[in-house]
Amino acid sequence: MIDLSALRADFPILQRTFDGRDLVYLDSAATTQKPVQVIEAVDAYYREKNANVHRGAYRLSAEATDAFEQARTKVASFIGSPRSDQLVFTRGATTALNFVAYGWGLHRLGEGDRILLTIMEHHSNIVPWQIVAKLTGAELVYLGLDDDYQVDLTELDRVFDERVKIVAVSGMSNVTGARGPVDELVAAADGTGAIVVVDGAQLVPHDRVDVAAMGADFLAFSAHKMLGPTGIGALWGKEERLEEMEPTEGGGEMISDVGLTESRWAPVPHKFEAGTPPIAQAVGFGAAVDYLDKVGMDTVRDHERALTAYALERLAEVPDLRVYGPRDVDRRGGAVSFELGDIHAHDVATILDEHGVAVRAGHHCAKPLMRHLHVPATARASFYLYNTPADVDRLTEALLDARRVFGLA
Amino acid sequence: MSPLDELYREVILDHYRNPRHRGSLNGPHVHAEGLNPSCGDEFALDLSVEGDTITDVAIQGQGCSISQASGSMMADAIVGRNFDEVEDMIRKFRLMMTIDEGDNPVDPERPGAVLGDLEALQGVRKFPVRIKCADLAWTTLTDALAKARANA
Ligand SMILES: Cc1ncc(COP(=O)(O)O)c(C=O)c1O
Repeated sequence: MIDLSALRADFPILQRTFDGRDLVYLDSAATTQKPVQVIEAVDAYYREKNANVHRGAYRLSAEATDAFEQARTKVASFIGSPRSDQLVFTRGATTALNFVAYGWGLHRLGEGDRILLTIMEHHSNIVPWQIVAKLTGAELVYLGLDDDYQVDLTELDRVFDERVKIVAVSGMSNVTGARGPVDELVAAADGTGAIVVVDGAQLVPHDRVDVAAMGADFLAFSAHKMLGPTGIGALWGKEERLEEMEPTEGGGEMISDVGLTESRWAPVPHKFEAGTPPIAQAVGFGAAVDYLDKVGMDTVRDHERALTAYALERLAEVPDLRVYGPRDVDRRGGAVSFELGDIHAHDVATILDEHGVAVRAGHHCAKPLMRHLHVPATARASFYLYNTPADVDRLTEALLDARRVFGLA
Repeated sequence: MSPLDELYREVILDHYRNPRHRGSLNGPHVHAEGLNPSCGDEFALDLSVEGDTITDVAIQGQGCSISQASGSMMADAIVGRNFDEVEDMIRKFRLMMTIDEGDNPVDPERPGAVLGDLEALQGVRKFPVRIKCADLAWTTLTDALAKARANA
Protein backbone atom coordinates (compact mmCIF):
# COMPACT_ATOMS: atom_id res chain seq x y z
CA MET A 1 0.00 0.00 0.00
CA ILE A 2 1.25 3.48 -0.80
CA ASP A 3 2.03 5.22 2.47
CA LEU A 4 0.32 8.59 2.45
CA SER A 5 0.23 8.91 6.24
CA ALA A 6 2.61 11.89 6.10
CA LEU A 7 -0.25 13.83 4.46
CA ARG A 8 -2.34 13.51 7.61
CA ALA A 9 -0.38 16.35 9.19
CA ASP A 10 -1.93 18.66 6.57
CA PHE A 11 -5.43 18.02 7.96
CA PRO A 12 -5.82 19.83 11.29
CA ILE A 13 -9.14 18.19 12.12
CA LEU A 14 -7.54 14.75 12.11
CA GLN A 15 -5.75 15.83 15.31
CA ARG A 16 -9.07 15.89 17.13
CA THR A 17 -9.76 13.32 19.80
CA PHE A 18 -13.02 12.03 21.23
CA ASP A 19 -12.85 10.62 24.77
CA GLY A 20 -9.08 10.58 24.43
CA ARG A 21 -9.00 8.60 21.19
CA ASP A 22 -7.94 9.90 17.80
CA LEU A 23 -10.79 10.60 15.46
CA VAL A 24 -11.15 8.00 12.72
CA TYR A 25 -12.99 9.87 10.00
CA LEU A 26 -14.71 7.45 7.62
CA ASP A 27 -17.38 9.70 6.12
CA SER A 28 -15.56 11.30 3.20
CA ALA A 29 -18.34 10.29 0.79
CA ALA A 30 -20.51 12.80 2.69
CA THR A 31 -17.84 15.47 2.87
CA THR A 32 -14.07 15.44 3.06
CA GLN A 33 -11.75 17.12 5.53
CA LYS A 34 -9.70 20.12 4.41
CA PRO A 35 -5.93 20.50 4.30
CA VAL A 36 -4.26 23.65 5.65
CA GLN A 37 -3.38 24.54 2.06
CA VAL A 38 -7.10 25.02 1.30
CA ILE A 39 -7.93 26.68 4.62
CA GLU A 40 -5.06 29.11 4.18
CA ALA A 41 -5.92 29.89 0.56
CA VAL A 42 -9.43 30.93 1.63
CA ASP A 43 -8.03 32.87 4.57
CA ALA A 44 -5.44 34.64 2.42
CA TYR A 45 -8.05 35.55 -0.16
CA TYR A 46 -10.17 37.28 2.51
CA ARG A 47 -7.15 38.98 4.06
CA GLU A 48 -5.56 40.20 0.86
CA LYS A 49 -7.81 40.10 -2.21
CA ASN A 50 -11.45 40.31 -1.21
CA ALA A 51 -13.61 42.38 -3.56
CA ASN A 52 -16.50 41.62 -5.88
CA VAL A 53 -15.58 40.12 -9.23
CA HIS A 54 -16.10 41.32 -12.82
CA ARG A 55 -17.27 44.73 -11.57
CA GLY A 56 -14.78 47.05 -10.03
CA ALA A 57 -12.54 49.36 -12.01
CA TYR A 58 -10.06 49.30 -9.15
CA ARG A 59 -7.03 47.02 -8.89
CA LEU A 60 -8.24 45.06 -5.89
CA SER A 61 -11.32 43.97 -7.80
CA ALA A 62 -9.17 42.97 -10.73
CA GLU A 63 -7.07 40.83 -8.40
CA ALA A 64 -10.18 39.14 -6.99
CA THR A 65 -11.44 38.51 -10.51
CA ASP A 66 -8.09 37.02 -11.48
CA ALA A 67 -8.10 34.75 -8.45
CA PHE A 68 -11.63 33.59 -9.27
CA GLU A 69 -10.92 32.96 -12.94
CA GLN A 70 -7.60 31.28 -12.14
CA ALA A 71 -9.52 28.85 -9.96
CA ARG A 72 -11.79 28.11 -12.91
CA THR A 73 -8.75 27.35 -15.07
CA LYS A 74 -7.32 25.02 -12.42
CA VAL A 75 -10.54 23.07 -11.92
CA ALA A 76 -11.15 22.85 -15.67
CA SER A 77 -7.68 21.52 -16.35
CA PHE A 78 -8.01 19.09 -13.41
CA ILE A 79 -10.76 17.28 -15.34
CA GLY A 80 -9.01 17.62 -18.68
CA SER A 81 -11.31 20.26 -20.13
CA PRO A 82 -9.97 21.64 -23.42
CA ARG A 83 -11.15 25.12 -22.41
CA SER A 84 -11.73 26.71 -19.03
CA ASP A 85 -14.90 28.50 -20.14
CA GLN A 86 -16.59 25.11 -20.37
CA LEU A 87 -16.58 25.00 -16.58
CA VAL A 88 -19.50 26.66 -14.79
CA PHE A 89 -19.20 27.27 -11.06
CA THR A 90 -22.34 26.19 -9.19
CA ARG A 91 -23.29 25.69 -5.57
CA GLY A 92 -22.44 22.01 -5.89
CA ALA A 93 -23.25 18.84 -7.80
CA THR A 94 -26.94 19.14 -6.90
CA THR A 95 -27.24 22.61 -8.43
CA ALA A 96 -25.22 21.52 -11.46
CA LEU A 97 -27.63 18.63 -12.13
CA ASN A 98 -30.63 20.91 -11.62
CA PHE A 99 -29.17 23.38 -14.13
CA VAL A 100 -29.08 20.66 -16.78
CA ALA A 101 -32.57 19.40 -15.91
CA TYR A 102 -34.16 22.87 -15.99
CA GLY A 103 -31.89 24.59 -18.48
CA TRP A 104 -31.63 21.80 -21.05
CA GLY A 105 -34.23 19.13 -20.25
CA LEU A 106 -37.18 21.41 -19.64
CA HIS A 107 -36.73 23.10 -23.03
CA ARG A 108 -36.08 20.00 -25.09
CA LEU A 109 -38.17 17.20 -23.64
CA GLY A 110 -41.72 16.47 -24.70
CA GLU A 111 -44.54 13.98 -24.28
CA GLY A 112 -43.30 10.41 -24.63
CA ASP A 113 -39.58 11.28 -24.47
CA ARG A 114 -37.55 9.25 -22.05
CA ILE A 115 -34.93 9.98 -19.44
CA LEU A 116 -32.81 6.93 -18.73
CA LEU A 117 -31.45 6.62 -15.18
CA THR A 118 -29.88 3.89 -13.08
CA ILE A 119 -31.40 2.62 -9.87
CA MET A 120 -28.21 3.50 -7.95
CA GLU A 121 -28.52 7.27 -8.47
CA HIS A 122 -28.35 9.75 -5.61
CA HIS A 123 -31.59 11.72 -5.06
CA SER A 124 -29.90 14.73 -6.68
CA ASN A 125 -29.73 12.81 -9.96
CA ILE A 126 -33.34 11.59 -9.69
CA VAL A 127 -35.56 14.29 -8.24
CA PRO A 128 -34.69 17.08 -10.75
CA TRP A 129 -35.53 14.64 -13.57
CA GLN A 130 -38.81 13.71 -11.90
CA ILE A 131 -39.78 17.36 -11.70
CA VAL A 132 -38.84 18.04 -15.32
CA ALA A 133 -40.55 14.83 -16.49
CA LYS A 134 -43.75 15.96 -14.80
CA LEU A 135 -43.56 19.37 -16.46
CA THR A 136 -42.85 18.01 -19.95
CA GLY A 137 -44.70 14.69 -20.08
CA ALA A 138 -41.45 12.77 -20.42
CA GLU A 139 -41.04 9.47 -18.59
CA LEU A 140 -38.30 8.02 -16.42
CA VAL A 141 -36.80 4.63 -17.20
CA TYR A 142 -34.39 2.88 -14.85
CA LEU A 143 -31.63 0.35 -15.37
CA GLY A 144 -31.38 -2.11 -12.46
CA LEU A 145 -28.41 -3.91 -10.93
CA ASP A 146 -26.87 -7.32 -11.45
CA ASP A 147 -25.79 -9.74 -8.69
CA ASP A 148 -22.53 -7.88 -8.26
CA TYR A 149 -24.22 -4.49 -7.66
CA GLN A 150 -23.19 -3.28 -11.13
CA VAL A 151 -25.69 -1.55 -13.37
CA ASP A 152 -27.31 -4.30 -15.43
CA LEU A 153 -26.75 -3.55 -19.11
CA THR A 154 -28.45 -6.67 -20.46
CA GLU A 155 -31.66 -4.63 -20.73
CA LEU A 156 -29.95 -1.74 -22.46
CA ASP A 157 -30.92 -2.68 -26.02
CA ARG A 158 -34.53 -3.03 -25.00
CA VAL A 159 -34.83 0.32 -23.20
CA PHE A 160 -32.50 2.38 -25.37
CA ASP A 161 -34.59 3.51 -28.32
CA GLU A 162 -35.16 6.81 -30.11
CA ARG A 163 -37.38 8.02 -27.27
CA VAL A 164 -34.37 8.34 -24.93
CA LYS A 165 -33.22 11.99 -24.95
CA ILE A 166 -31.24 12.12 -21.72
CA VAL A 167 -29.11 9.52 -19.97
CA ALA A 168 -28.18 10.42 -16.39
CA VAL A 169 -25.69 8.17 -14.65
CA SER A 170 -23.48 8.28 -11.61
CA GLY A 171 -19.76 7.78 -12.15
CA MET A 172 -19.60 6.06 -8.78
CA SER A 173 -22.28 5.10 -6.28
CA ASN A 174 -22.10 6.80 -2.90
CA VAL A 175 -23.73 3.70 -1.35
CA THR A 176 -22.25 0.57 -2.93
CA GLY A 177 -19.10 2.17 -4.30
CA ALA A 178 -19.84 0.60 -7.69
CA ARG A 179 -18.56 2.43 -10.73
CA GLY A 180 -21.26 3.49 -13.15
CA PRO A 181 -21.21 2.27 -16.77
CA VAL A 182 -20.32 5.69 -18.17
CA ASP A 183 -18.33 4.39 -21.17
CA GLU A 184 -21.05 1.92 -22.15
CA LEU A 185 -23.80 4.52 -21.91
CA VAL A 186 -21.79 7.12 -23.84
CA ALA A 187 -21.27 4.50 -26.56
CA ALA A 188 -24.97 3.60 -26.57
CA ALA A 189 -26.00 7.25 -26.85
CA ASP A 190 -23.51 7.99 -29.61
CA GLY A 191 -25.29 9.02 -32.78
CA THR A 192 -28.79 8.77 -31.26
CA GLY A 193 -29.06 12.42 -30.30
CA ALA A 194 -29.39 11.53 -26.62
CA ILE A 195 -27.14 13.42 -24.23
CA VAL A 196 -25.26 11.82 -21.33
CA VAL A 197 -25.13 13.56 -17.96
CA VAL A 198 -22.61 12.18 -15.49
CA ASP A 199 -22.98 12.71 -11.76
CA GLY A 200 -19.31 12.90 -10.89
CA ALA A 201 -19.78 13.79 -7.20
CA GLN A 202 -18.07 10.56 -6.10
CA LEU A 203 -15.96 9.90 -9.19
CA VAL A 204 -14.05 13.13 -9.67
CA PRO A 205 -12.65 13.19 -6.10
CA HIS A 206 -11.37 9.62 -6.31
CA ASP A 207 -10.05 8.96 -9.80
CA ARG A 208 -8.45 10.72 -12.72
CA VAL A 209 -11.16 12.07 -15.00
CA ASP A 210 -10.58 13.29 -18.52
CA VAL A 211 -13.77 14.79 -19.90
CA ALA A 212 -12.43 14.79 -23.45
CA ALA A 213 -11.86 11.03 -23.30
CA MET A 214 -15.05 10.37 -21.33
CA GLY A 215 -17.24 11.76 -24.10
CA ALA A 216 -20.17 12.69 -21.86
CA ASP A 217 -22.11 15.90 -22.50
CA PHE A 218 -22.20 17.13 -18.91
CA LEU A 219 -20.29 16.35 -15.73
CA ALA A 220 -21.37 17.57 -12.28
CA PHE A 221 -19.27 17.55 -9.09
CA SER A 222 -18.83 19.22 -5.69
CA ALA A 223 -15.72 20.83 -4.18
CA HIS A 224 -16.47 19.77 -0.61
CA LYS A 225 -16.12 16.10 -1.51
CA MET A 226 -12.60 16.69 -2.86
CA LEU A 227 -10.88 18.66 -0.08
CA GLY A 228 -12.46 21.99 -1.07
CA PRO A 229 -14.93 24.31 0.64
CA THR A 230 -18.69 23.80 0.88
CA GLY A 231 -20.96 26.02 -1.22
CA ILE A 232 -19.22 25.48 -4.53
CA GLY A 233 -19.10 22.85 -7.23
CA ALA A 234 -19.00 22.73 -10.98
CA LEU A 235 -20.86 21.83 -14.10
CA TRP A 236 -18.66 21.00 -17.05
CA GLY A 237 -20.34 20.78 -20.44
CA LYS A 238 -19.54 20.32 -24.11
CA GLU A 239 -19.39 23.69 -25.83
CA GLU A 240 -22.45 23.20 -27.99
CA ARG A 241 -24.48 21.83 -25.06
CA LEU A 242 -23.65 24.85 -22.94
CA GLU A 243 -24.60 27.13 -25.84
CA GLU A 244 -27.96 25.34 -26.15
CA MET A 245 -28.64 25.37 -22.43
CA GLU A 246 -30.80 28.15 -21.01
CA PRO A 247 -29.91 29.84 -17.73
CA THR A 248 -31.98 28.64 -14.77
CA GLU A 249 -31.26 31.69 -12.65
CA GLY A 250 -31.42 35.31 -13.77
CA GLY A 251 -29.73 38.27 -12.15
CA GLY A 252 -26.55 40.30 -12.17
CA GLU A 253 -23.39 39.04 -13.87
CA MET A 254 -25.21 36.73 -16.28
CA ILE A 255 -26.38 39.32 -18.84
CA SER A 256 -24.82 41.27 -21.64
CA ASP A 257 -27.78 43.64 -21.91
CA VAL A 258 -31.03 44.15 -20.02
CA GLY A 259 -34.06 45.82 -21.54
CA LEU A 260 -37.47 46.37 -20.03
CA THR A 261 -39.00 43.11 -21.17
CA GLU A 262 -36.06 41.08 -22.42
CA SER A 263 -32.37 40.58 -21.87
CA ARG A 264 -29.45 39.07 -23.64
CA TRP A 265 -27.22 36.61 -21.88
CA ALA A 266 -23.54 36.94 -21.19
CA PRO A 267 -21.37 34.35 -22.94
CA VAL A 268 -20.84 30.90 -21.43
CA PRO A 269 -19.95 30.25 -18.61
CA HIS A 270 -21.09 33.54 -17.09
CA LYS A 271 -24.67 33.24 -18.33
CA PHE A 272 -25.07 30.46 -15.74
CA GLU A 273 -23.47 32.37 -12.89
CA ALA A 274 -26.12 34.83 -11.76
CA GLY A 275 -25.32 37.04 -8.81
CA THR A 276 -22.14 37.31 -6.78
CA PRO A 277 -20.46 33.92 -7.03
CA PRO A 278 -18.79 32.05 -4.15
CA ILE A 279 -15.43 33.72 -4.76
CA ALA A 280 -13.43 32.65 -1.73
CA GLN A 281 -14.84 29.15 -2.13
CA ALA A 282 -13.66 29.08 -5.75
CA VAL A 283 -10.18 30.06 -4.60
CA GLY A 284 -10.34 27.22 -2.05
CA PHE A 285 -11.55 24.85 -4.77
CA GLY A 286 -8.51 25.81 -6.84
CA ALA A 287 -6.22 25.11 -3.89
CA ALA A 288 -7.92 21.73 -3.41
CA VAL A 289 -7.26 20.60 -6.96
CA ASP A 290 -3.68 21.91 -6.65
CA TYR A 291 -3.30 19.66 -3.61
CA LEU A 292 -4.80 16.64 -5.40
CA ASP A 293 -2.65 17.29 -8.47
CA LYS A 294 0.44 17.38 -6.31
CA VAL A 295 -0.38 14.02 -4.73
CA GLY A 296 -1.48 12.75 -8.14
CA MET A 297 -4.91 11.27 -8.85
CA ASP A 298 -3.38 7.94 -9.84
CA THR A 299 -1.81 7.77 -6.39
CA VAL A 300 -5.09 8.73 -4.74
CA ARG A 301 -6.92 6.01 -6.67
CA ASP A 302 -4.28 3.34 -6.01
CA HIS A 303 -4.13 4.17 -2.32
CA GLU A 304 -7.91 3.94 -2.00
CA ARG A 305 -8.05 0.74 -3.98
CA ALA A 306 -5.52 -0.91 -1.67
CA LEU A 307 -7.25 0.45 1.42
CA THR A 308 -10.66 -0.73 0.20
CA ALA A 309 -9.26 -4.19 -0.49
CA TYR A 310 -7.85 -4.25 3.04
CA ALA A 311 -11.16 -3.06 4.48
CA LEU A 312 -13.15 -5.73 2.62
CA GLU A 313 -10.71 -8.32 3.93
CA ARG A 314 -10.97 -7.13 7.54
CA LEU A 315 -14.75 -6.73 7.40
CA ALA A 316 -15.01 -10.34 6.21
CA GLU A 317 -13.57 -11.30 9.61
CA VAL A 318 -16.55 -9.80 11.40
CA PRO A 319 -19.25 -12.48 11.75
CA ASP A 320 -22.74 -11.63 10.47
CA LEU A 321 -21.49 -8.62 8.50
CA ARG A 322 -22.94 -8.21 5.00
CA VAL A 323 -21.32 -5.82 2.54
CA TYR A 324 -23.56 -4.26 -0.13
CA GLY A 325 -21.23 -3.65 -3.01
CA PRO A 326 -18.84 -5.20 -5.53
CA ARG A 327 -16.01 -7.37 -4.22
CA ASP A 328 -13.67 -6.52 -7.09
CA VAL A 329 -11.80 -3.37 -6.13
CA ASP A 330 -11.19 -2.52 -9.80
CA ARG A 331 -14.92 -2.07 -10.24
CA ARG A 332 -15.54 0.08 -7.21
CA GLY A 333 -14.42 2.98 -5.11
CA GLY A 334 -13.95 3.41 -1.39
CA ALA A 335 -17.53 3.71 -0.12
CA VAL A 336 -18.36 0.50 1.74
CA SER A 337 -21.96 -0.03 2.90
CA PHE A 338 -22.81 -2.84 5.26
CA GLU A 339 -25.25 -4.33 7.77
CA LEU A 340 -24.21 -6.12 10.93
CA GLY A 341 -26.45 -8.96 12.13
CA ASP A 342 -29.78 -7.63 13.35
CA ILE A 343 -28.23 -4.40 14.63
CA HIS A 344 -29.81 -1.38 13.00
CA ALA A 345 -27.39 0.88 11.09
CA HIS A 346 -28.03 3.80 13.47
CA ASP A 347 -27.12 1.66 16.44
CA VAL A 348 -23.96 0.55 14.64
CA ALA A 349 -23.09 4.20 13.98
CA THR A 350 -23.68 5.17 17.63
CA ILE A 351 -21.46 2.35 18.89
CA LEU A 352 -18.74 3.21 16.36
CA ASP A 353 -18.94 6.85 17.41
CA GLU A 354 -18.27 5.84 21.02
CA HIS A 355 -15.07 4.31 19.64
CA GLY A 356 -14.22 7.57 17.88
CA VAL A 357 -15.06 6.12 14.46
CA ALA A 358 -17.29 8.39 12.35
CA VAL A 359 -19.46 6.61 9.77
CA ARG A 360 -22.73 7.51 8.11
CA ALA A 361 -25.90 5.50 8.65
CA GLY A 362 -29.21 5.71 6.86
CA HIS A 363 -30.51 5.70 3.30
CA HIS A 364 -27.65 7.87 1.96
CA CYS A 365 -30.02 9.94 -0.20
CA ALA A 366 -30.58 6.88 -2.40
CA LYS A 367 -33.98 5.54 -1.38
CA PRO A 368 -34.76 3.83 -4.72
CA LEU A 369 -31.48 1.92 -4.38
CA MET A 370 -32.19 0.96 -0.76
CA ARG A 371 -35.60 -0.38 -1.75
CA HIS A 372 -34.01 -2.26 -4.63
CA LEU A 373 -31.57 -3.87 -2.17
CA HIS A 374 -34.39 -4.48 0.36
CA VAL A 375 -32.58 -2.72 3.18
CA PRO A 376 -34.09 0.15 5.17
CA ALA A 377 -30.68 1.53 6.10
CA THR A 378 -27.00 0.69 5.95
CA ALA A 379 -23.92 1.89 7.76
CA ARG A 380 -21.27 3.23 5.42
CA ALA A 381 -17.54 3.66 5.85
CA SER A 382 -15.88 5.70 3.13
CA PHE A 383 -12.21 6.38 2.59
CA TYR A 384 -10.00 9.10 1.20
CA LEU A 385 -6.32 9.78 0.77
CA TYR A 386 -5.80 10.56 4.48
CA ASN A 387 -7.16 7.23 5.74
CA THR A 388 -4.82 4.45 6.78
CA PRO A 389 -4.94 0.70 7.46
CA ALA A 390 -4.92 1.63 11.16
CA ASP A 391 -8.27 3.38 10.59
CA VAL A 392 -9.64 0.15 9.12
CA ASP A 393 -8.36 -1.75 12.16
CA ARG A 394 -10.13 0.67 14.50
CA LEU A 395 -13.33 0.20 12.47
CA THR A 396 -13.05 -3.59 12.72
CA GLU A 397 -12.44 -3.52 16.49
CA ALA A 398 -15.41 -1.23 17.00
CA LEU A 399 -17.65 -3.52 14.94
CA LEU A 400 -16.61 -6.47 17.07
CA ASP A 401 -17.56 -4.45 20.13
CA ALA A 402 -20.95 -3.71 18.55
CA ARG A 403 -21.49 -7.46 18.40
CA ARG A 404 -20.65 -7.71 22.09
CA VAL A 405 -22.98 -4.85 23.07
CA PHE A 406 -25.83 -6.49 21.17
CA GLY A 407 -25.08 -9.91 22.61
CA LEU A 408 -24.03 -11.44 19.28
CA ALA A 409 -20.49 -12.27 20.35
CA MET B 1 -21.26 0.36 33.22
CA SER B 2 -19.97 2.09 30.11
CA PRO B 3 -22.31 4.61 28.45
CA LEU B 4 -22.81 2.10 25.63
CA ASP B 5 -23.82 -0.71 27.94
CA GLU B 6 -26.11 1.69 29.75
CA LEU B 7 -27.68 2.69 26.43
CA TYR B 8 -28.20 -0.83 25.17
CA ARG B 9 -29.50 -2.45 28.35
CA GLU B 10 -30.74 -5.96 28.12
CA VAL B 11 -34.37 -4.98 28.53
CA ILE B 12 -34.06 -2.60 25.57
CA LEU B 13 -32.49 -5.24 23.34
CA ASP B 14 -35.20 -7.67 24.43
CA HIS B 15 -37.99 -5.27 23.43
CA TYR B 16 -36.17 -4.54 20.15
CA ARG B 17 -35.90 -8.21 19.29
CA ASN B 18 -39.25 -9.29 20.72
CA PRO B 19 -41.53 -6.30 20.42
CA ARG B 20 -44.76 -6.59 22.43
CA HIS B 21 -48.17 -5.83 20.94
CA ARG B 22 -46.85 -5.94 17.39
CA GLY B 23 -49.53 -6.07 14.68
CA SER B 24 -52.74 -4.19 14.05
CA LEU B 25 -56.19 -4.09 15.64
CA ASN B 26 -59.26 -5.42 13.89
CA GLY B 27 -62.05 -3.72 15.82
CA PRO B 28 -62.70 0.02 15.96
CA HIS B 29 -59.57 1.96 16.81
CA VAL B 30 -57.68 5.16 16.24
CA HIS B 31 -54.48 5.07 14.23
CA ALA B 32 -51.49 7.40 14.21
CA GLU B 33 -48.15 7.39 12.39
CA GLY B 34 -44.80 8.95 13.09
CA LEU B 35 -41.64 9.33 11.04
CA ASN B 36 -38.15 10.68 11.67
CA PRO B 37 -37.31 11.88 8.15
CA SER B 38 -33.65 12.44 8.98
CA CYS B 39 -33.03 8.80 9.85
CA GLY B 40 -36.01 7.00 8.30
CA ASP B 41 -37.35 5.47 11.53
CA GLU B 42 -41.07 4.71 11.33
CA PHE B 43 -43.59 4.02 14.06
CA ALA B 44 -47.36 3.59 14.00
CA LEU B 45 -49.95 2.50 16.50
CA ASP B 46 -53.60 1.47 16.83
CA LEU B 47 -55.46 2.24 20.05
CA SER B 48 -58.77 0.75 20.98
CA VAL B 49 -60.63 2.82 23.52
CA GLU B 50 -63.62 2.32 25.79
CA GLY B 51 -64.83 5.47 27.51
CA ASP B 52 -61.56 7.10 28.42
CA THR B 53 -59.60 3.90 28.86
CA ILE B 54 -57.14 2.32 26.43
CA THR B 55 -58.24 -1.30 26.22
CA ASP B 56 -55.84 -2.52 23.59
CA VAL B 57 -52.89 -1.35 21.53
CA ALA B 58 -51.00 -2.61 18.51
CA ILE B 59 -47.75 -1.20 17.13
CA GLN B 60 -46.04 -1.25 13.75
CA GLY B 61 -42.84 0.23 12.43
CA GLN B 62 -39.18 -0.26 11.68
CA GLY B 63 -36.04 1.45 12.75
CA CYS B 64 -33.28 1.46 15.32
CA SER B 65 -33.39 -0.42 18.60
CA ILE B 66 -34.08 2.70 20.62
CA SER B 67 -37.10 3.81 18.58
CA GLN B 68 -38.61 0.34 18.40
CA ALA B 69 -37.90 -0.68 22.01
CA SER B 70 -39.30 2.61 23.25
CA GLY B 71 -42.52 1.90 21.32
CA SER B 72 -42.78 -1.65 22.59
CA MET B 73 -42.28 -0.65 26.23
CA MET B 74 -44.73 2.19 25.77
CA ALA B 75 -47.36 -0.19 24.41
CA ASP B 76 -46.91 -2.43 27.44
CA ALA B 77 -47.22 0.53 29.77
CA ILE B 78 -50.39 2.14 28.43
CA VAL B 79 -52.81 -0.80 28.13
CA GLY B 80 -55.58 -0.50 30.72
CA ARG B 81 -54.76 3.13 31.53
CA ASN B 82 -57.10 6.07 31.12
CA PHE B 83 -56.31 9.20 29.12
CA ASP B 84 -55.22 11.25 32.11
CA GLU B 85 -52.86 8.55 33.31
CA VAL B 86 -51.35 8.17 29.85
CA GLU B 87 -50.88 11.91 29.51
CA ASP B 88 -49.18 11.95 32.90
CA MET B 89 -46.92 9.16 31.69
CA ILE B 90 -46.03 11.08 28.52
CA ARG B 91 -45.20 14.10 30.65
CA LYS B 92 -42.97 12.08 32.98
CA PHE B 93 -41.29 10.32 30.08
CA ARG B 94 -40.44 13.61 28.41
CA LEU B 95 -39.04 15.01 31.66
CA MET B 96 -36.99 11.87 32.22
CA MET B 97 -35.56 12.08 28.72
CA THR B 98 -34.80 15.83 29.10
CA ILE B 99 -37.03 16.54 26.11
CA ASP B 100 -38.99 18.88 28.35
CA GLU B 101 -37.25 21.00 30.94
CA GLY B 102 -37.84 20.17 34.57
CA ASP B 103 -36.90 17.76 37.34
CA ASN B 104 -36.48 14.12 36.47
CA PRO B 105 -39.48 12.38 38.11
CA VAL B 106 -37.61 9.07 38.33
CA ASP B 107 -36.54 8.04 41.85
CA PRO B 108 -32.98 6.64 41.73
CA GLU B 109 -33.58 4.94 45.10
CA ARG B 110 -36.48 2.94 43.72
CA PRO B 111 -35.67 1.91 40.14
CA GLY B 112 -38.75 1.21 38.06
CA ALA B 113 -41.16 2.68 40.60
CA VAL B 114 -42.25 5.62 38.44
CA LEU B 115 -42.04 4.49 34.79
CA GLY B 116 -41.31 0.76 35.05
CA ASP B 117 -39.14 -0.73 32.32
CA LEU B 118 -39.18 2.60 30.49
CA GLU B 119 -36.65 3.89 32.98
CA ALA B 120 -34.07 1.76 31.16
CA LEU B 121 -34.19 4.38 28.41
CA GLN B 122 -32.43 6.92 30.62
CA GLY B 123 -29.12 5.77 29.12
CA VAL B 124 -30.17 7.52 25.89
CA ARG B 125 -29.72 10.91 27.57
CA LYS B 126 -25.94 10.61 27.20
CA PHE B 127 -26.49 10.36 23.41
CA PRO B 128 -28.33 13.59 22.53
CA VAL B 129 -28.64 12.73 18.82
CA ARG B 130 -30.59 9.60 19.75
CA ILE B 131 -33.16 11.21 22.05
CA LYS B 132 -35.44 11.83 19.08
CA CYS B 133 -35.37 8.07 18.44
CA ALA B 134 -36.73 7.34 21.91
CA ASP B 135 -39.33 10.08 21.51
CA LEU B 136 -40.80 8.92 18.17
CA ALA B 137 -43.32 6.50 19.72
CA TRP B 138 -44.39 9.11 22.24
CA THR B 139 -45.10 11.86 19.75
CA THR B 140 -47.10 9.30 17.79
CA LEU B 141 -49.00 8.37 20.95
CA THR B 142 -49.69 12.05 21.63
CA ASP B 143 -51.25 12.26 18.16
CA ALA B 144 -53.34 9.13 18.69
CA LEU B 145 -54.53 10.36 22.06
CA ALA B 146 -55.67 13.66 20.58
CA LYS B 147 -57.67 11.71 18.01
CA ALA B 148 -59.15 9.47 20.70
CA ARG B 149 -60.15 12.48 22.81
CA ALA B 150 -61.74 14.10 19.76
CA ASN B 151 -63.78 10.94 19.20
CA ALA B 152 -64.81 10.62 22.84
C1 LIG C 1 -23.34 10.41 -5.90
C2 LIG C 1 -23.69 11.78 -5.40
N1 LIG C 1 -24.31 12.64 -6.20
C3 LIG C 1 -24.65 13.88 -5.81
C4 LIG C 1 -24.39 14.32 -4.54
C5 LIG C 1 -24.82 15.70 -4.16
O1 LIG C 1 -23.75 16.50 -3.85
P1 LIG C 1 -23.97 17.91 -3.14
O2 LIG C 1 -24.82 17.64 -1.93
O3 LIG C 1 -22.60 18.37 -2.79
O4 LIG C 1 -24.66 18.81 -4.11
C6 LIG C 1 -23.75 13.46 -3.65
C7 LIG C 1 -23.45 13.90 -2.28
O5 LIG C 1 -24.06 13.58 -1.30
C8 LIG C 1 -23.40 12.16 -4.09
O6 LIG C 1 -22.80 11.31 -3.25
